[in-house]
Amino acid sequence: MTAVGDELPQLDVRVRRADLVRYAGASLDFNPIHWNEKLAGDVGLPGVIAHGMLTMALAGRLVTNWLDDPGALVSYGARFTRPVVVPNDDIGALVELTGKVREIRDDGTARVDITAKFEGKTVLGKAIAVVRLKA
Amino acid sequence: MPLDPSFVGHSYPRSEIYEVGRQKIREFADAIGDDHPMYRDPAAARAGGYGDVIAPPTFATILFGKYSLQSLVDDPKLGLNYERLVHGDMTFEYARPVNAGDRLTVVTTIAQIDSRMGNDFLNIRADIDTADGERVVTASAQLVIRAEDE
Repeated sequence: MTAVGDELPQLDVRVRRADLVRYAGASLDFNPIHWNEKLAGDVGLPGVIAHGMLTMALAGRLVTNWLDDPGALVSYGARFTRPVVVPNDDIGALVELTGKVREIRDDGTARVDITAKFEGKTVLGKAIAVVRLKA
Repeated sequence: MPLDPSFVGHSYPRSEIYEVGRQKIREFADAIGDDHPMYRDPAAARAGGYGDVIAPPTFATILFGKYSLQSLVDDPKLGLNYERLVHGDMTFEYARPVNAGDRLTVVTTIAQIDSRMGNDFLNIRADIDTADGERVVTASAQLVIRAEDE
């Protein structure tokens, strides 16, 4: 039985440059700030950064891993508040994802609040999924 | 130059039909590192009550980029500077998950335009329906066009 305050199993994901290239191809988002150091620097970024939508997708995995049915999402949103800088090495950037059930609603849905951290700081704001609970 | 606020409420013509393929869903699931069987195995998806494999929740970002963002970038009257564009937020509201075999179209509407401290904030909505008019998902995003460096 799902209850308010339940914590979702933590998910840690390492994001490397190769992951960004693969995500660019799959998502059709070829913005060079996600693969080209020079162009990222030219627009004032500290380096190549992960796609915000990739971070959001990883945070989505935290929720769908916890659900039996990944199609049970009613809504899912996030703000992109801080970039995830991905170095050009084998280690990559570590994104740490946690979540908590914040509210159970009369209509059989629950609100899950997600925290996504990189280097100890949150990178998503207002990351909230509303999910349908099993009857 | 700030964006013209008279664009608020403007909708772009309905997109072409995008046919959702099983292999594209698998490719996207691979790219986000998600091995859930409902994204890959039609039998697993059918056991969950779906007609075919379903797509991960953020899959609709493909249609958002391919049609909504492209409509804005291709509109010379709007004058969007793509090089200064960053993604501020994204919210999806799901009527149901995207399924392989869906024939989807996108209507993009400019919901709001604000300018603060030289930055433009553009809120847009993408209504993603089947070609038969069934609502599947709505994507709402804020795009930020950052001020030029002095």
